[in-house]
Amino acid sequence: MPRINSSAELEKLRESILSKIDPNKRTITLCSGTACHATGSKEVASSIEEEISKQGLSDQVDIRKTGCHGFCERGPIIVIQPEGICYLQIKPEDVPEIVSQTIKQNQILERLVYVDSVNEEKIIHETEIPFYKNQQRLLFGNNIKIDPKSIEAYLALGGYSALAKVLFQMTPEQVLEEVKKANLRGRGGGGFPAGIKWEGSRNAPDDTKYVIVNADEGDPGAYMDRSLLEGNPHSVLEGLAIGAYTIGAREGYIYVRQEYPLAVENVGLAIKQAEEYGFLGENILGSNFKFKVIVHQGAGAFVCGESTALMTALEGRAGEPRPKYIRSNIKGLWEKPTVLNNVETWANIPLIINEGADWFTQYGTETSNGTKIFSLVGKINNTGLVEVPMGMTLRDIIYKVGGGIHRGRKFKAVQTGGPSGGCLPDDLLDLQVGFDELTQAGSMMGSGGMIVMDEDTCMVDVARYFLEFLTDESCGKCVPCREGVRQMLKILTNITQGKGKDGDIELLEELGETAKEISLCALGQTAPNPFLSTLKYFKDEYEAHIKGKKCPALYCKELIAYYIDPEKCQACMACLKKCPSDAIIGGKKTIHVIDQDKCTKCNTCFDVCPPRFNAVKKISGEPVPSPIPEEERIIAKGSKEK
Amino acid sequence: MTKTLITIDDKEVEAAEGMTVLEAAQSVGIAIPTLCHNEKLEPYGGCRICTVEAEVNGRKKLVVSCVYPVEQNLVVRTRTEKVNRVRKMILELLLSHAPDSKQLQDLAKIYGADKDRFEKEASFCIHCGLCVRYCAEVKKKNAVGFINRGAKREINFNPELAVKECWNCKECFPLCPTAALQAAYVFIEAQISSTPSFEFEKN
Repeated sequence: MPRINSSAELEKLRESILSKIDPNKRTITLCSGTACHATGSKEVASSIEEEISKQGLSDQVDIRKTGCHGFCERGPIIVIQPEGICYLQIKPEDVPEIVSQTIKQNQILERLVYVDSVNEEKIIHETEIPFYKNQQRLLFGNNIKIDPKSIEAYLALGGYSALAKVLFQMTPEQVLEEVKKANLRGRGGGGFPAGIKWEGSRNAPDDTKYVIVNADEGDPGAYMDRSLLEGNPHSVLEGLAIGAYTIGAREGYIYVRQEYPLAVENVGLAIKQAEEYGFLGENILGSNFKFKVIVHQGAGAFVCGESTALMTALEGRAGEPRPKYIRSNIKGLWEKPTVLNNVETWANIPLIINEGADWFTQYGTETSNGTKIFSLVGKINNTGLVEVPMGMTLRDIIYKVGGGIHRGRKFKAVQTGGPSGGCLPDDLLDLQVGFDELTQAGSMMGSGGMIVMDEDTCMVDVARYFLEFLTDESCGKCVPCREGVRQMLKILTNITQGKGKDGDIELLEELGETAKEISLCALGQTAPNPFLSTLKYFKDEYEAHIKGKKCPALYCKELIAYYIDPEKCQACMACLKKCPSDAIIGGKKTIHVIDQDKCTKCNTCFDVCPPRFNAVKKISGEPVPSPIPEEERIIAKGSKEK
Repeated sequence: MTKTLITIDDKEVEAAEGMTVLEAAQSVGIAIPTLCHNEKLEPYGGCRICTVEAEVNGRKKLVVSCVYPVEQNLVVRTRTEKVNRVRKMILELLLSHAPDSKQLQDLAKIYGADKDRFEKEASFCIHCGLCVRYCAEVKKKNAVGFINRGAKREINFNPELAVKECWNCKECFPLCPTAALQAAYVFIEAQISSTPSFEFEKN
């Protein structure tokens, strides 16, 4: 590949790439990120390749393996261009028909298209599917258009034009002003304005400075950074290079989890390609600017997402936060001014430079601008990655984009901000999503986790679950986090096991306040959030557990019992046969009874009892009714309505 | 050297630039409790017992004095209600590990900490890291270190290094505020003694 030595040469290269692309050529786009592979997209890819060649279409059809499209609930996904026909949940055996019918004869395979869950309307085009239609995919939209292993694909979409623009048309001060004006706030969790952070580093007197991409995404269930880095690595590199130019750094690091092998592979390849073209390395695009990027694989500790712990780990030491009261943009990696931003933050930079701060700020609220990618998971119909403008309400995200609650259950809470975020109840569904809005409500933006919970979720257990995660992931250096949060977990565990006592809530609050006030880093300072927010909005559940020994959501094992309603039991033997601990007494034509001493509360009987009988009940906070006398258990023929 | 004027507990203190609040307080005889602090070692900020209230430009916040640097016009209060409450809680949490530590017991009296507030823990290490840091920073041997993280974290002697370095040193022993270090050492000593390959090196 030729080295590009000026802006003009870059544009010439772009023209030559574009001239080779026929926009009307049939292209099968298949999602091929890590999550896609888990649903079988690799197998689909091989059968597409095989089938295309078998049916003699190799010259007429392109195959593009892209990063994540976001609609993971229905993956693997293919989109056939130029029409934009979208097929969902493709299996290798669907491929011959797709090729012979849709590719060759323009016939739509109706069984593979999206069916609206409300009006059962079939939707053929990707852009019209409500999940996509209600998003604003400024960053993520390109994932579907790009083969992440091809720099040319990125260049075809205008890639590296923002870098050329800053190098030849803008001073570092002008770039800084633009980023500040755009009010780009850190997407990794803190929401600190990127421009202000950059300015601090730029003004620091040191000669050596660093820029870092934080790709140590550690929230359970969150994978937006992985999907961006896997699906569009050049956008992150371009943003990083612009940041380096602005603050005066000549070296940058990508701190990425070792558990993200595809992201490591794609970004490594992207760096190599960018160096060959001269978009990274010495004399970038023929200018005096030089910038080198190094990929560092983290060992997978959640706390290393914390900026100072990340830098300590990068220096080769155990990943523990630093106690210093000096910002890392002044003294960071190896005590040098260091700008650390998250993957998504960096990916926003080329957009802001190309389109301008005014364009960027048209999206969002007064204090949170642009878009945010959320990992929408839990009891929701459309699980996946969604990018929406800041300021969209939780209700619109959950119902319009997410398609509502799974199995028509009732919404109970949405947990935002990752493990140390908070749970918000239904009367806050009209809250606009933004950094300050979420914090004021007792939760946080975090890196964009959004877990939807339905009425079957116990909020005390949710708090316990997240505190368990945080106790495991605490580095163990400071007392309020290591000891305090551990004690909180003990108390919460006791409450869910029916061992809660008066004064527990007050003690939890005191421990929570201590951890919040004096923990060393953000992990400990925010660790009490899952408890504090559930207490704020679901205090009745805590009280029910402690005082009534009752789990209102019928979830906590130690507080519930299973009972077969003798009026409803048809002695069908379904539960009796399936019970793994032989706890069900009864037989053919003999009403079934659960032996409470043997029951392990595995929920099997509840699951297998046919819905038309609905005889197995879960109860909590009340005694199990005594079983009916044995002689009354015999069902005489015709004595019960079937 | 430039002097920085700060106020600690209503007392005007002239501190040297670069000093921590703890050092400034100590220089005028104001006592702030510490557990993980040692003048020979880099500030660690782990135990948080030296928490004080700092007021900068009218904004109050809790900071740890062993790390927080002095700055002009800083106002420090070492015994506010909030500070006392935090210290009491830290002591109670640590007393669940080391109820017999003299140092903790003395502080517990001052802050009214209840040593039985939390259930007792199996390990009596309070993770102040004094042994680990002394061995690394002063002796430059790294014979004792932390293993694991979070609630599972503990100190551990590296047997290969301990057999060479520790027999004639043991300088970390008096630093330990509990008996955890000796216990860990006795454990490793027993392990080494029962391993013939180590016997050889020991002689």
